[in-house]
Amino acid sequence: MTAVDSRAQGGFVGRPMKRKEDPRLITGRATYVDDIQPVGTLWMAFVRSPEAHARVTSIDTSAALAREDVVAVFTGDDLEGIAAPLPCAWVPPGVEVNAPEHWPLAKGHVAHVGDPVALVIGVDRYSVVDAAEDVVVEYEPLPVVVDPEEALKDEVLVHPGLGSNKVHEWSLGGGDLDAGFAAADVVIERRIVNHRVAGGAIEPRAVLAEERAGHITIWSSTQVPHFLRLFLSILLGLSEERIRVIAPEVGGGFGSKLQIYGEEILCAWAAQRVGRPVKWVETRSEAMMVTHHGRDQIATVRVGAKRDGTVTAFHAKILADFGAYLMLLTPAVPALGAFVMSGCYRFPAVQTDIVGVLTNKFSTDAIRGAGRPEATHMIEVAMDQLAHELGLDPLDVRRRNFIAADDFPHETALGIVYDSGNYQASLAKLLEHLDVAAFRAEQERLRGEGIHRGLGFSTYTEICGLAPSRVVGPGGFGLQTGLWESALVRVHLTGAVTVYTGTSPHGQGHETGFAQIVADRLGCDPEQVEVVHGDTAAGPQGLGTYGSRSLAVGGEAVAKATAKVVEKGKALVAHKLEASPDDIEVRDGRWIVRGSPEQGMTLAEVAGSAYIPEDIPEGMEPGLEETAFYDPNNFVFPFGAHAAIVDVDAETGKVKVVRYLAVDDCGPAINPLLIDGQVHGGIVHSIGQALYEQVIYDEIGQLVTGTFVDYALPTAAEIPSIETDRTETPSPVNSLGVKGIGEAGTIAASAAVANAVIDALRPLGVDYMDMPFTPMRVWNAIQEGQQ
Amino acid sequence: MIPAEFDYVAPDSLDAALRALAHGGEDAKALAGGHSLLPLMKMRLAVPTLLVDLRHVPGLRGAQRENGSWRIGALTRHADLQGRAELGIVGEATSLIADQQVRNRGTIGGSLAHGDPASDLPTILVAMEGTVSVRNSAASREIAAGDLFQDYMTTAIAADELITEVRVPALEDWGHAYEKFTRRAEDWAMVGVCALVRKGADGSCEDVRVAFTNMASTPIRATAVEHALRGQPLSSDAITGAAEQAAEGTDPPGDLNATPEYKRHLARVLTRRALSRAAGV
Amino acid sequence: MSSNVPVRLSVNGRVHELDVEPRLLLVHLLRDRLGLTGSHVGCDTTSCGACTVHVDGEAVKSCTVLAVQADGTKVTTIEGLAQGDQLHPLQEAFWEDHGLQCGYCTPGMIMAAADLLARNPDPTEEEIRHGLEGNLCRCTGYHNIVRAVSDAAKHPHAGRIPHPGPTPEGAAIGLELAREGLGA
Repeated sequence: MTAVDSRAQGGFVGRPMKRKEDPRLITGRATYVDDIQPVGTLWMAFVRSPEAHARVTSIDTSAALAREDVVAVFTGDDLEGIAAPLPCAWVPPGVEVNAPEHWPLAKGHVAHVGDPVALVIGVDRYSVVDAAEDVVVEYEPLPVVVDPEEALKDEVLVHPGLGSNKVHEWSLGGGDLDAGFAAADVVIERRIVNHRVAGGAIEPRAVLAEERAGHITIWSSTQVPHFLRLFLSILLGLSEERIRVIAPEVGGGFGSKLQIYGEEILCAWAAQRVGRPVKWVETRSEAMMVTHHGRDQIATVRVGAKRDGTVTAFHAKILADFGAYLMLLTPAVPALGAFVMSGCYRFPAVQTDIVGVLTNKFSTDAIRGAGRPEATHMIEVAMDQLAHELGLDPLDVRRRNFIAADDFPHETALGIVYDSGNYQASLAKLLEHLDVAAFRAEQERLRGEGIHRGLGFSTYTEICGLAPSRVVGPGGFGLQTGLWESALVRVHLTGAVTVYTGTSPHGQGHETGFAQIVADRLGCDPEQVEVVHGDTAAGPQGLGTYGSRSLAVGGEAVAKATAKVVEKGKALVAHKLEASPDDIEVRDGRWIVRGSPEQGMTLAEVAGSAYIPEDIPEGMEPGLEETAFYDPNNFVFPFGAHAAIVDVDAETGKVKVVRYLAVDDCGPAINPLLIDGQVHGGIVHSIGQALYEQVIYDEIGQLVTGTFVDYALPTAAEIPSIETDRTETPSPVNSLGVKGIGEAGTIAASAAVANAVIDALRPLGVDYMDMPFTPMRVWNAIQEGQQ
Repeated sequence: MIPAEFDYVAPDSLDAALRALAHGGEDAKALAGGHSLLPLMKMRLAVPTLLVDLRHVPGLRGAQRENGSWRIGALTRHADLQGRAELGIVGEATSLIADQQVRNRGTIGGSLAHGDPASDLPTILVAMEGTVSVRNSAASREIAAGDLFQDYMTTAIAADELITEVRVPALEDWGHAYEKFTRRAEDWAMVGVCALVRKGADGSCEDVRVAFTNMASTPIRATAVEHALRGQPLSSDAITGAAEQAAEGTDPPGDLNATPEYKRHLARVLTRRALSRAAGV
Repeated sequence: MSSNVPVRLSVNGRVHELDVEPRLLLVHLLRDRLGLTGSHVGCDTTSCGACTVHVDGEAVKSCTVLAVQADGTKVTTIEGLAQGDQLHPLQEAFWEDHGLQCGYCTPGMIMAAADLLARNPDPTEEEIRHGLEGNLCRCTGYHNIVRAVSDAAKHPHAGRIPHPGPTPEGAAIGLELAREGLGA
């Protein structure tokens, strides 16, 4: 499929420009944290609990300390100077949250495998690993609970001092649920398990900290350098202006680096203690244990509907497994899904009831999509189940419930206002590329040959562009922050431009996309626009990259700051050319007087006039740079229609995705190349969850999937090419009309794959099964289906 | 992850390597491509005190045809063998090992000496009824495939011995197939089935060998299948019937991806597929 | 406990002589001793391929090769792939086709792809996908990586990997001369 034609007439916005980031990345010249090695750097390694739950009865550090290559060993008893436990940033108003204290080093009690009990600092990468093995820890094992439904019984307590494993209850609903179910002709109920996954960024986490004269610099592989500075300040009791956090090149995040990790705090703390730079680089085995997981929800979904497929009520009850501790956003993740539990449908009554529970596993938190993949999976799988129950075409049931294209902005029963959408159009476009009738004939024919092929759809909308602070902030949803974004646009004397953004990319391509936005507005080439990010000492305060927010919030801040520069520039040009500022326009790389294109200035000339201010308007400040902060007045709601075609080898249970089609709508494209890249990656991430990936603990809380051998990220050999197309429905929320696209693929795809697998399996007696569709699970389901 | 410390020598002759191994005792390990040993050492599941690197030992790399057999030097890399039609099942199976980078380093001798029942080459050797030549500093001997693999990662090779050569019959008039069932292409086999079939002039099964990967603590022959098919017409019914015997006598270890019951089922399915392909049915 | 071992190898055309711990992994020699940080470490189980470099012209995972095993070899890393300002066709194609996002897997992916094209100059999509099965990427969904390799294959020199400079053996003579004060 080819993407829709972009509006590239003359401008850079809309063009599939290749990335400004890439030259350093393809030549091996990029700088990730582990590539930085200040003189005198020491190494840090952790001693981690092999027990899922235990009291720490003794720690003997003497053998490690006796080594010549060891500088220091610290345990939880040494943590004076760390003022508070690790943060959870969600404090929902009016809801009681039962939260355990989470210290960066265990204080006598460990609650999951990998809980750190000591840290060792030594002179090099290798010897510090040896030294960590010399620390002798005695544990007194305690009973373990890993199953969230068992944990809810409180027979085994993850934190005995808390009295209960239940963290909280939280609901979001709208419309009359009872009336909706009463009006239904049919009610279906499914237990839908969304299993635990890992983020799987190929760069493991890494932290380097250096203190000089009371000022501390931390390089961390993080999505949120500004948050990290804030929490370092709070936890270390160090004034914020003395802390600089740099997120250099970051090798993928997917939510797993949207976190304040104990290792980040400890690295800074240890650098203060030992007076030398300290570095920690996570191993993959550590990452599987102690970089936060995602999903892990058990939902009971009830849907009421009329015989024609009109949904009258939708109710999701979610038990969310939070693991052993609440981390930055742990309890907020399932709640984010609740915001879109209407999907792209006109459900008159919707409710989500969430119960959070602790278990002796590592924490869950935001992983690509964060609550929305789970919600979309529930909705889209349930829509297929409903259609099957009613004997209707699943696409007809979707169409019957779609919000009408002329009904936007649309307030759902939940009170959420969808900004814009056209779900019929994206589905129609998808079907331009997929002949369903021909597929059904092929499916029938292949069954005769023993090949079970299935087709599944997912029509989704999601909520992103996080976020309007008044909605999500302390007085609203309960996040203890605003979620605005910032930008500073600096035109240098020569006309070169530096843009500082508070977002913090890790592969998304901001340096290119943001440059395109700025270049069009300033009449320069994107090559002259450098986008700087991920450094708290450069540019204004920012909030980072997550929740598909960077373009819709950060990009809009860039556009706003640029608009201020343009406004000032126009006044200056008008002054120079003796015209009215209203008559100045930027066209074809020049600032000209409308109607008199021979009269004009280049950006360099404008900047020159601003920085050598011999002749500027009365009262105008010299210089040409502006800052803007932007707090959106609403979320944005990308949407689309996806289809998966899978082949199931019924003899072995092996599933392969043979074709995948996606039509997404994230508003007008800034750079179609980047959009496609985000969509491809998001979809494969979700196919990974559906078919291959699962974090598994055994019954005593040991992590079974502790490496990339057992935790099976898909490789190129498992995946087909992805067919993408777009529709473009502008959002009225921001001036660019854009929505986010980083998570859309992940949010949409698992349901499409699940529906396709179930479609393939129906003739074999399988009407429903949960992910992951691993060969043995599918084979088992077929065996049961045929009994 | 970092290996624990060890001493290292890289002798420039086989004799010197054997002496070093003998001197190093039980905790000395020979290092060829390192793609079985180094991953274990990095996880500190193997902690040898001495590595005897064979990279300077001459003359142990390459495959030569001799009197109806292939003599393959122990240091021959998988990549040297992968996809070579004249090597038959060896060419087919080596192209399915892990990924290209691993095949570029891993050696046939290393893989066999490691004795992992989830590895492919031990199964191939067992099916082909090949032999390995091993030497210590005093003597050399031949070990038949059937005697080589004794238990999980345990072989008949003594600590002071090295495989120098692998010898397999060319089996030129045999059809062959290796069905490797994995979750992902680069993974170890959940179950693997090697089938070798010699078709008689009348189209019947003159001889057949079937061996399994990861169906027991060692690679094993599926004697019941072979018995059921030998002498029968190579029809799809006969193959299906014989393949039903595949699980007989197996004791597969359960793991994350497969219970013993599922593995036995896979063995039946994959045996049928491998035999069908090997027989051209 | 263990004593260091001298290693002499040619990396991207420059010969290096170092004393190393026997357990030093090649990837750490390249990164920590030679400052060639383009080769990355993404796992500890020889799974992800981010550390892929070429040793004597073949792709290997340098996290599973001891530095001492590379003694006497010619190593090419991502830093040695471009010839001056002239990018290798694979680098060009990855850039052109948006075959990378965070860039962490990219050096290993490109080095693996170079091995693939050296073996098979005109691969099908299926062959490309299988040829890259030893390299994990989380960002791209592989779609544009496959496209890039396919596009690079159209270039006549895509499978050619530069091994500039002398062999370690040849260079040894020069080094001896230099030690004796006869060098430049």
